[in-house]
Amino acid sequence: MIAIIDYGVGNLFSLHQSFLKIGADTVVTGDPSIIKSAERVILPGVGAYGEAAEKIKNTGLDKIVREVVSDGKPLLGICLGMQLLFEYGTEFGHNEGLGLLKGHVKTMRDEIADGLKLPQIGWNALDIKKQNKLFKYINNGDHVYFVHSYHAVDCSDSLIATTEYGAEITAAVARDNVYGCQFHPEKSGDVGLKILKGFLD
Amino acid sequence: MITKRIIPCLDVKNGRVVKGVNFEGLNDVSSPVTLAEYYSKAGADELVFYDITASSDGRALFTDILKETAKNVFIPFTVGGGINTLSDFERVLSCGADKVSVNSGAIKNPNIVYEGAKRYGSQCVVLSCDIKRVGNEFRVFAKGGREDTGMEAMSWIKHCIDNGAGEIVVNSIDTDGVKRGFDIEMLKAVCDFATVPVIASGGAGSAQDFVTLFKEIPDIDAGLAASIFHFGEVKISDLKELLKNNDINVRI
Repeated sequence: MIAIIDYGVGNLFSLHQSFLKIGADTVVTGDPSIIKSAERVILPGVGAYGEAAEKIKNTGLDKIVREVVSDGKPLLGICLGMQLLFEYGTEFGHNEGLGLLKGHVKTMRDEIADGLKLPQIGWNALDIKKQNKLFKYINNGDHVYFVHSYHAVDCSDSLIATTEYGAEITAAVARDNVYGCQFHPEKSGDVGLKILKGFLD
Repeated sequence: MITKRIIPCLDVKNGRVVKGVNFEGLNDVSSPVTLAEYYSKAGADELVFYDITASSDGRALFTDILKETAKNVFIPFTVGGGINTLSDFERVLSCGADKVSVNSGAIKNPNIVYEGAKRYGSQCVVLSCDIKRVGNEFRVFAKGGREDTGMEAMSWIKHCIDNGAGEIVVNSIDTDGVKRGFDIEMLKAVCDFATVPVIASGGAGSAQDFVTLFKEIPDIDAGLAASIFHFGEVKISDLKELLKNNDINVRI
């Protein structure tokens, strides 16, 4: 069973449906015992870093996430959920993340050209830097759907894919049993479903 | 680099797609779910659903349809029509919509843009704007383009971006339905100052019109159309090939 963690951030209907579509027994839950009993765990998230980090800590689910990871279960963070895996984020001030991966999260504004719009909204190509099971069923250069203004930096030890948006932007990370996608696999058509399928392998 | 987006728009009334459609191999051409799946497979980058229902029964049907779509189609979709309050945002977002499009609702209550962006993020709030030339200026029209609001369009759009609108759909009433191409002049005027993505709407009559759009305005992010896709005049897969052959970056 897969548990999608519900900690009151964003809408999880499509994400839930995408796992059901690939035939995975999936629940959306904020119940620690159900999350702990799952074989795989998904940490979603949209919105602002600080607010999401605060919510996951206030619900006590940050401890559950750490427990799941130390138990060796695969964890996949998506979008802001991926950003929370890092040490800290600097969106509206300094906010501590979960620190499960090395690196931090900052605005793309300083790196990309002035004329480029933020957030990056739309389909962009994946540049796979390191083979990983997430990419088992897709090809280098396949397009996925991004909606974000911030990205992870100083994360070379977990970086597995980037995308080009006026600079090299962190698109996916993985280290041991911790995985993350900056893009939305549940909104990336067949390619996205294949990435989720790879995570289940 | 990020790709240019092609977006078919579906007008839905009482749970059915309004404009007549005729596709080979599609049994139920007025089923929004079937059509959405068809477009997604053909390479549409996003979908827009406009609810043009007036009754509450129709509105309930519409949300059922959104849910059905989100169970089967895994590309982003925007929902518009009858969005006046934050509870309208909640209603469609809980069905799997990614963005909410406000038009007349924002004219009646400009605060909805700010409130929506504050609660759901700017990326979620799309300002849709029906614009027509009146004298020497671009004017915002309400009620599906029937009523002149007297507001100058560029300052209205700027005001909404400042308040958190994360994307702008510019629908030119002057070119809409004429099928002679997008309103390049009007769209350029918006792209000149807009700091968020701009989507062109109104006037597409052929695949070539999209080539012209993206060549003439490199800053435009997406092209939206309804009837040319619904009537099968332009196939999205063919359109994307044509764009690619013209060195326009698209997802194929």
